[in-house]
This record gives sequence, structure tokens and C-alpha cells, in this order.
Amino acid sequence: MDTIESTPLPQSRLRRRGSKLKKSFTDFFLSLYNINKFIFRFFREAFMPPYEFKEIVRQCYEAGVRSFSLIALTGFIVGLIFTKQSRPSLSVFGAESWLPGLVSIAIMRALAPLVTALITSGKVGSGIGAELGSMRVTEQIDAMEVSGTNPFKFLVCTRVLATTITIPILATFFGVVAVIGGFLNVYVNEGTSWRTFIQQFFEPLTFTDFSASLIKSIVFGFTIGIVGCYQGYYSTKGTEGVGKAANGAVVTAMFLVFIEEIVIVQITSWFR
Amino acid sequence: MEKGKATIDYKNAVIKIHGLEKAFDDYEVLRGIDLELFQGENLVVLGRSGTGKSVLIKIISGLLTPDKGSVEVLGEDISKLNDRQLQALRIRIGFSFQNSALYDSMTVRKNLEFPLVRNRKNITRKEIDTNVESVLEAVGLSQTINQMPSELSGGQRKRIGIARTLILNPEIMLYDEPTAGLDPITCIEINELINEVQQRYKTSSIIITHDLTCAKSTGDRIAMLLDGQFQRQGSFEEVFHTNDARVKPFFDYNFIQ
Repeated sequence: MDTIESTPLPQSRLRRRGSKLKKSFTDFFLSLYNINKFIFRFFREAFMPPYEFKEIVRQCYEAGVRSFSLIALTGFIVGLIFTKQSRPSLSVFGAESWLPGLVSIAIMRALAPLVTALITSGKVGSGIGAELGSMRVTEQIDAMEVSGTNPFKFLVCTRVLATTITIPILATFFGVVAVIGGFLNVYVNEGTSWRTFIQQFFEPLTFTDFSASLIKSIVFGFTIGIVGCYQGYYSTKGTEGVGKAANGAVVTAMFLVFIEEIVIVQITSWFR
Repeated sequence: MEKGKATIDYKNAVIKIHGLEKAFDDYEVLRGIDLELFQGENLVVLGRSGTGKSVLIKIISGLLTPDKGSVEVLGEDISKLNDRQLQALRIRIGFSFQNSALYDSMTVRKNLEFPLVRNRKNITRKEIDTNVESVLEAVGLSQTINQMPSELSGGQRKRIGIARTLILNPEIMLYDEPTAGLDPITCIEINELINEVQQRYKTSSIIITHDLTCAKSTGDRIAMLLDGQFQRQGSFEEVFHTNDARVKPFFDYNFIQ
């Protein structure tokens, strides 16, 4: 139980809170500085020889090919469910024939890059964070460094390039599978042919939609890679740190993906 | 087990450290270290946990930067080297980590090939295989070539870790707690291996340990690190037979253990 003597005075409590706030404020800006330094280092090292082509291909396989089944399943379900859920709203106005157009705008403009990014931040981003984190705490990164290998180039640059390359491909694949899911639903309910569906699907889409989606996917891929690598590469405090790195990779990447989505959508709307 | 006679060139220091200081936040770990490692010598750095022994060899290998003082390795001041030069120097230094630091995702063969393939650009497949087999034979673990690190025992991991550093023919070996966490028999085997490496590869080594058996069987010279400074240096007997109240309890406690 607190005695009168042990109870801190409100003023000293305030001071303590103030210093805590000051510390978190400093930590926040310090981490911003560090991540910028990390990104700058990536651009400085990724495009300077020697190039790690073999490792980039291996990482593309790990990040991309191994995610295809999950992306296919999610894409199909998203296409199917989105079409199914949108029908009642359109049928109120007797506008079921607009379904392919609505699905195309939703999938191509937003769902394909966004859902792919969210899935890959969970699957690939956390994997990168955990892998590099455990390599850091077991001194494997130090071992690489002392054996004359640049671990940043070998571990970080390859992974970031791999996610930047594969996520646009995965997002395109997601879009294709989601279209199939949407078509199946429309075909079963309205009996629309594939040819008509595709015609109506592409009608409302413009070059800006495709290019914006592609740019979005590239930005998301880069973000997921860089955040996962940053969290893992600088993880500390043993196994607890590995868990935190994996968790931090997912949470931070998802948060940044949403922020980037808002920014890119806003910028794209100026060109429409 | 006593150590065999080593050929040491006391005129040629491969590592020269002067006035080295290192602190983490407010905690001063190293407070003015002066040290020389001679060609062909095995120097054991003894000390309690947290006295900065590992920090010392991490500074020597360029993994940490000192706050003050100079570190000259193989004639090069490491603070003046750029990334590329430091990388080239590191190839000449072997670092055996406390937990071996083997790459978990690679087999023993791939672990050994990794530094070789990355540092010898024009090496042929045949040369790689010969080198891998040679170092594996040197550490007595030829049969583990296709195993994963997770399938090896603690002692085997240590040996493979040493083999991985030997594959680049280093001139200096840095051992971080080579016998930590091993049973007494394996400790003796590792100590013998350290001496074999010294004889066969003509290396100069710094062995970081708090294990007196390891210190006695591998060290040509012992340096006792206490309170961030070397308190005593000399042969094992010279360091051991002391009435220094700061040093004596360390030996008494070790032998009780």
C-alpha cells in the first residue's frame, strides 16, 4: 500500500510522463531517420555491382511462386463474393447488367493491388522479418560480414527487389482469378456469356486504371520488402526480438500500404 | 593436457591495439586497452562475463567501431579503411562465433562453400570440392558434408564453424568462447583442434574464454581482462600464481567449479 512518503508528488509524475513522452517522440524521429538511411542504402547498394542475380531469382521464387495458391484462392473468393454482394444493390435499380463493369472497377482499381499487398505482408513480410531477425540474433549476419560478404546486399537488396518484382505479378494474377470468380457468379445467375462479360468488364477501364494499379503494386511490394528487412535486420533481444520483428513487419507494412493507397488514389484522381 | 611448442615471431605483431575504449550508453566496457598479438601466437583473453572480451574481438574484426584508440590489423588501421578494404581485410581474419553461427538454411557443404564462392571469383567446381573436403577432414567431420546444421551436435557445430573460417586460409583466428556449453571431452577435442589449427595453418589467434582448461591448453600467453583493462599478462603460470585480490578469486572459483 502506498504511504504518504512513497506516493510521488503530482509534479514529479508529470515530469516523468513528460520525459517519457519526450523519449517516445525522440525514438519516433530516430526510427524515421534510420529507416530513411536504410532505404537510401538500399538504392546505393542494389544497383551497384556485383549483382546477386541468382539470389534474387531464389527470393522471387520464395516470395512469388510459393504465394500463388493463396493468392489464387483469395482472388477467386473475393471475385465471387464481391459480385454476389453487389447484385442486390444493383437489382434495386434493375441494373444487374452493370455488374461486370462494377466488378472490373473494384478489382482493377482497388482490390487486386490492395488485397494482394495485405496477404503478402502477412505471408512474405512476416517471413522476411522472422528470417532476418533470427539470422541477426544467432549472429549469422555477423558471420556473413566477417567472411567478406556484404550481408546488406545479399540479404536485404535481394529480398526487397524480389517483393518489388513479384507483388505486381501476384496482383495481376489476383485480378485474373477474381475475374473468373466474378464471371462464374454472373454466369450462374444471369447466364451471361464469357465474351459479353469480358466486353463489359473492360469497357469502363482506362489506361490510367491499369498504370495506377501497376504503380501501386510496385510501391506496395517495395514497402513490404523494405519494412520486413528493416525489422529483421535490426532486431535485438533474442527470440523475443524475432517475434517482434515478424509482428512489426506485418503491422507496419499494412499500415503503410493503407497510407500509400490513399495517397496514390488521390494522385490518380487528378489524372482522370 | 599441455600445449606443444609453437613458432612465435615476437618481432612481428599482427595485431596492435593502443588506448582502445568502448562504451555502450553510459557503460564503459573497454577503458584503455593496449595489446599486441604476435605472428604464430595463441593469445587467450580471460575474464568474467560482461567484461568486454567479445567486444574486443568484434572491434578487431570491424563489427564494432571503437570510441577511442587505434586498432592495427595486419598492418592496416581498421578505422581508416573503406567498406571494400575492410571486406578484403576480413577475408584474412577467421572468426569463430560462440554459437557457431552456421547458416540454418544451408547444408554443411553449402555453409563451407559460401565464403569460398563469394570471395574467389574464378574458382572451379573441382577446387571448391577439394577445399571443402580438406577443411572437413582437418576438423574430422567429413561424414557430415550433406547434413543440415540442425542435425549436428554442439561440438560438431563448433568444428564446422571453425572449418568455415579455415576455408579462406586466414592469417588470424578469433575464437569467441570456443568451449562454452560443451561437455568436458568435447572441450578437450576443441582445444586440441585450436592447437592443430595453429600448427597446420600457421595462424595467430585470440581465444576469448573464461574456461581455465581451455586457457591452459591453448594459450601461449594469457591476458586477464578486468574492469575494462588488462590487469595481468604472461604465461598461464605467471597469471595464475598471483596474490592480486582482483585476479585470484577468478582462478579459485574456476577450480572449485
